[in-house]
Amino acid sequence: MEASKVIHAFYTDDEVLLDAVKTVKADHHHIEEVFCPFPVHGLDKALGLAPTKLAITAFFYGITGLSFAIWMTNYIMIEDWPMDIGGKPSFSWIENMPAFVPIMFELTVFFAAHLMVITFYMRSRLWPFKDAENPDPRTTDDHFLMEIPVNNNEETLVALLSKTGAVEINIVDKH
Amino acid sequence: MYQFSGKLKTFSLALIIIGVIGTAFSFYSGSKKTIEDAKHAIEASHNVGHGSSHEETAVHNDVADLENHTAKAAVHDVEEAHDATSDKEHAAHEEHVLHQLQNRPWSAFYVALFFSLGITLLVLAFYAIQRVAQVGWSILILRVMEAITANLLPTSIIMLVVIVASVMHLNHLFPWMAEGTVDPTSDNYDAIIDGKSGWMNATGFLIRSIAYLLIWNAYRFFIRKSSIKEDTANDGNKTYKKNFTASVIFLFLFMITESMMSWDWIMGLDPHWFSTLFGWYVLATLLVSALTVIAFFTIYFRSKGALPGVNDSHIHDLAKFMFGFSVFWTYLWFSQFMLIWYADIPEETTYFVMRFSEYKLPFLGMVVMNFVFPILLLLNSDFKSKPWFIFIGGFVILVGHYVDVFIMVMPSTVGSQWYFGIPEMSAICFFVGLLIFTTLRAFSKVSPIPAGNPFLKESEHFHYYNIEHSEEEGSTDHH
Repeated sequence: MEASKVIHAFYTDDEVLLDAVKTVKADHHHIEEVFCPFPVHGLDKALGLAPTKLAITAFFYGITGLSFAIWMTNYIMIEDWPMDIGGKPSFSWIENMPAFVPIMFELTVFFAAHLMVITFYMRSRLWPFKDAENPDPRTTDDHFLMEIPVNNNEETLVALLSKTGAVEINIVDKH
Repeated sequence: MYQFSGKLKTFSLALIIIGVIGTAFSFYSGSKKTIEDAKHAIEASHNVGHGSSHEETAVHNDVADLENHTAKAAVHDVEEAHDATSDKEHAAHEEHVLHQLQNRPWSAFYVALFFSLGITLLVLAFYAIQRVAQVGWSILILRVMEAITANLLPTSIIMLVVIVASVMHLNHLFPWMAEGTVDPTSDNYDAIIDGKSGWMNATGFLIRSIAYLLIWNAYRFFIRKSSIKEDTANDGNKTYKKNFTASVIFLFLFMITESMMSWDWIMGLDPHWFSTLFGWYVLATLLVSALTVIAFFTIYFRSKGALPGVNDSHIHDLAKFMFGFSVFWTYLWFSQFMLIWYADIPEETTYFVMRFSEYKLPFLGMVVMNFVFPILLLLNSDFKSKPWFIFIGGFVILVGHYVDVFIMVMPSTVGSQWYFGIPEMSAICFFVGLLIFTTLRAFSKVSPIPAGNPFLKESEHFHYYNIEHSEEEGSTDHH
């Protein structure tokens, strides 16, 4: 049962939290999770998390949007119902390309933005009506919470954490 | 302190001398052009025509000539000019092509001159923005920008010489200056130019041009002196505030003079044509080039150890600006093009017809160099702090925007008689040499750190969160 016990250490300042994370890491303890009311720059590096790949997916989503726009304008305006655009009845996609640039731009942005948000939600396991995962509602207000699993080292951890400026240290059973 | 090495001094002076010799040579051979050369050129363009079919080229040439030739453009239409066979028409056409041939050395010099002056001016404007916005991050590279603006005075003087020469009819760059364009009894009468003569007249042109150059140089003179004074002033930021006020006034005047300058010096080359966002478009071209030049000099000075405290985050920010303003340029370039393409009004489309028929490769190539290439190269955040990527991206950006200015000027002044050769290359050599010489000399003269600036500390601690600074491992600040 020891393995499911965790320590919750609370902080009220992002700089103090960041230094605390570095101290705990330097002492070779595993940090399970840190809950923050807002993003803390540099926290991912301090925790040793791998850099996000979201930017790469965004690039490919953008390319997808661009390709979709090219296919869509070609199908709608050239193939399915040929349109005389701006008095230039060339009925060729490339010769009417300037008219399609705003569409290509908008769909690139649209695909990149929306698919990136959806990807982010899926990776964060967030969906409508899902129960919150944060163990304490104060982490949505003004407290930062560091969660460390306990492995028969309660005292050392508590002693270490109390030196890092934690305002509250709780040992709880994780369900 | 940075030492301007003898080797670099020799190198930049050599560039300047090569430029002067090449330019002198091209002016000499330009002045030797006769009506016979013009006849040959017409012959050649009708037969070869840059790779397009004979008939197409001939039509395009006539359309373009018609638009450019102030004597005919207002009164004749395309068909008439195309069918015209009378001796008089032929003579006029030949004389026009002769003027284009004679314009070539002037235009080649003018393109590089305008580009160089514009870059320097925009560095000055970007510098003023840093002061007005009380920017923190860039304080450590303010002296680099200041040093580049040392190029403003020499380029302004050369610009003044070219402008006076144009007003004195030593060249045919500005068609509206030709004899009789506003005289209803003259053969040369041009109703459109006459309608614009309230703005387009030699006196006004000269006064405005001098006013722009005076305003810019006055600010540059004042701010350089006052900025050095700021280092040792220690007067509770009184000098700093005075510099702030001066920069606010300059920026206000700059926005007006920059737009007007682009109408006078570039749009005036094509007096019938107009575009309402031209000032912005020229601004975007010059601004992205100016930021590239700042990044180049910053990287160079840092590699020489002359900029202690400048870290990868500063370089990253400069590259972000290069990337962002490349997109901004594309936005304006395309906005101008699309509206004209869509509306398809002949008096507006002439500008692009000429560029698309005679300058297809540089015209389309420039979009690739100024948009596609920087986008793909500088999109990745990690690449923006790598000097090599910035150098490659920046080089393509500078070449691309030189081509952009080339495309703004050449079609109006030399038409189909363009070529990239000795006149263009010498002019580039001359102005690159001048820029390197003035910048390095100015930078070596004063301390590279503006010690009196209240935001200096902020700049020293500047750290973009996503970047690891190699020099300062284990730093504890998270700004």
